[in-house]
Amino acid sequence: MEKPAGNAPDAIVVDHAVKRYGAFEAVKDVSFSVAEGEIFGLLGPNGAGKSTLIRMMTTLIPLTGGKAIVAGHDVAKEPDAVRRVIGVIPQALTSDPDLTVGENLSIYAKLYSVPRAERAKNIAEVLEAVDLTKWRDAQTKTLSGGMRRRLEIARGLVHNPHIFFLDEPTTGLDPVSRIAVWEMLDNLRRTRHLTMLLTTHYMEEADKLCDRIAIVDHGKLVALGTPIELKHSVPGANVVEVHFDRETPEWQKRLEGMEGVTSVQAESAGFYRVLTSSGSKTTMQLVELAASLGETLTSLSVQNTTLDDVFVHYTGRQLRDEQVKPPVFMLPPRPGAQP
Amino acid sequence: MNRMSAIIEREMRKFFRSPTLMIMSLMMPLLQLVIMGNAFGGKIVGARVAVVDYDHGPEAVKLRESFDAIAANIKTFKTIEYKDELQAREDVRTGRIDAAIIIPAQYSRRVYSQDKPQLGLVVDNSDQFMSGSLEAEMQSLVTALTTPVIQPRLANSIALEIVELYPYVNYMKFLLPLTVSLAMYISVMIGGGMLYIDDKARGVHEGYLVTPITKFELVFGMNIAGSMKAVLAGICLTVIGSLTAGLGVIFHPMALAELFCLIVAASIAFNGMMFLMMVRVDDPLVPRAMFGVLNTLLLYPSGGMYPIAAFPRWLQAISVVDPFTYCVHGFKAVFLKDGGFAAIQYDLLFLFVFGIGTLLIATPLFKRTL
Repeated sequence: MEKPAGNAPDAIVVDHAVKRYGAFEAVKDVSFSVAEGEIFGLLGPNGAGKSTLIRMMTTLIPLTGGKAIVAGHDVAKEPDAVRRVIGVIPQALTSDPDLTVGENLSIYAKLYSVPRAERAKNIAEVLEAVDLTKWRDAQTKTLSGGMRRRLEIARGLVHNPHIFFLDEPTTGLDPVSRIAVWEMLDNLRRTRHLTMLLTTHYMEEADKLCDRIAIVDHGKLVALGTPIELKHSVPGANVVEVHFDRETPEWQKRLEGMEGVTSVQAESAGFYRVLTSSGSKTTMQLVELAASLGETLTSLSVQNTTLDDVFVHYTGRQLRDEQVKPPVFMLPPRPGAQP
Repeated sequence: MNRMSAIIEREMRKFFRSPTLMIMSLMMPLLQLVIMGNAFGGKIVGARVAVVDYDHGPEAVKLRESFDAIAANIKTFKTIEYKDELQAREDVRTGRIDAAIIIPAQYSRRVYSQDKPQLGLVVDNSDQFMSGSLEAEMQSLVTALTTPVIQPRLANSIALEIVELYPYVNYMKFLLPLTVSLAMYISVMIGGGMLYIDDKARGVHEGYLVTPITKFELVFGMNIAGSMKAVLAGICLTVIGSLTAGLGVIFHPMALAELFCLIVAASIAFNGMMFLMMVRVDDPLVPRAMFGVLNTLLLYPSGGMYPIAAFPRWLQAISVVDPFTYCVHGFKAVFLKDGGFAAIQYDLLFLFVFGIGTLLIATPLFKRTL
């Protein structure tokens, strides 16, 4: 099992977790642990098994095999004990649109059996934490998407949980709201000493927020480590993106043959991502190659290795390939039509 | 208990924030009461009846004077003079007139000689209500004409003395028990069925399931809230419906208590039944597809519109397990008969047992996980 660095005790332990739906295996023998106070990210494309994993840890679906321990309680044997110490933000916005912000929080405080004396104080505190105090009496349906997401986060905190699960907390938000949610989560971790486990398919989100990241693909955990460790695990320190004026069949072979180049990925016609140990050296070589062949370079850029490259390295494809899937259903050709 | 009350609080707040939903669940049955109450159960007025007189004798004149008396007073029909029986039959067939009465030649002579005098009545029996009403009217007319002016001192025929226990019940009053039952059912159908599945589909239940609430608290919280909505609908319809139909039963405290017990029992029964049907449903389209048919399936065998004794055996079997039957029977006993608790005790017992029983079956079927 993958252990976190440092001496903090484990808040979450997932041990050989398996989830099957009939013959389909949604989660395949996944093991990892999350230390107290850590922000841990499950990164992967849609359908990778991230939400299934989070649902197993939050007692929403039973495990088919393996074990999950949350705050020292086995989710299969002591689900109620687990529910008392966790806060969960589901993927969908599930706060009641007909109720006010305050009413939504009050109802969840009661569901978590927060004593009457503490209820008002807790609600005021979480509203302050998510910056919704002045919206307390507003009907939830009048809030923007970003504010509703903040309300969901407040709802998950109203009973002062120790561990916070967030299933794709920024999906559907505009870039400004997304950054606001990141800042809020980071602030909550520091002020409330929360352990957080979040799922995301945004590389930038995982990179900015998470102490450690587990890359999940097709129900399997394919890589685990800090963002820096993961980036270092990919051969090649830099990524050079090059766009030639026209496509020729030799480009791929010529690029792969360059000194220091560890992998070449064709993105579109004439556009390549080249992983190299030395960005500056490869850039010079590319300019010389284009000049010697009489070809024109449309663009050329050098950047450090990103989590996108890590994902490509471990899964053999890009995360965004999964997000824009080709249509499954194809119309049959019109009778008599030429191929 | 606190967690259960949170579920009830949420449901009730949501209910009171949706005035359209409240109004619709009350208005529709009330509209049904007003429209159906006025559409059915009325008396025929102004039917067109052809008179073909081949006799023209004193008895035929007497008969036609009786027709004129009806046209001038209760106005069930008015007569139109026809010369030809065939033309009259054809016009009844084509719907230009509603019936034709034929006074045959020698009718007066046969009356005086007591030689089997006969009158002919041609009716369009594709319309049972119209033909039945005209037949009954003509029959009473003929009976009146046959009755001797001077009654015999000693009656030699058996007479049936009809004693009506209750004042005249018009169709709107007759329909009120069914309307109140329907209002509660619609409230349960929307509040306990559709909203429950919609909440499930929107992920609201997922939010509940990650809290420490128990299965029992969740199921009973949702069902108590659903029953409370149905009770509110039942009370509103009882008050408004009674006043609309002209029943003063709501001004009698004892009857009011009986009605309240019935409303509570019926709400629990309807809610339990609905929850049992919806407990494993996830698709929001399923309740929408089901409810139209379910409405018919439960409403018609209840005896609220047509007597159960007239049903075939298999339909009577449905009536026995249909909570509507007991609900309608109980409301009839209170609204129309002032029967007291003795008249509704078995209805109350069935409805309570049915409601609690369905809930007890549904609770283990309810999944505490997704």
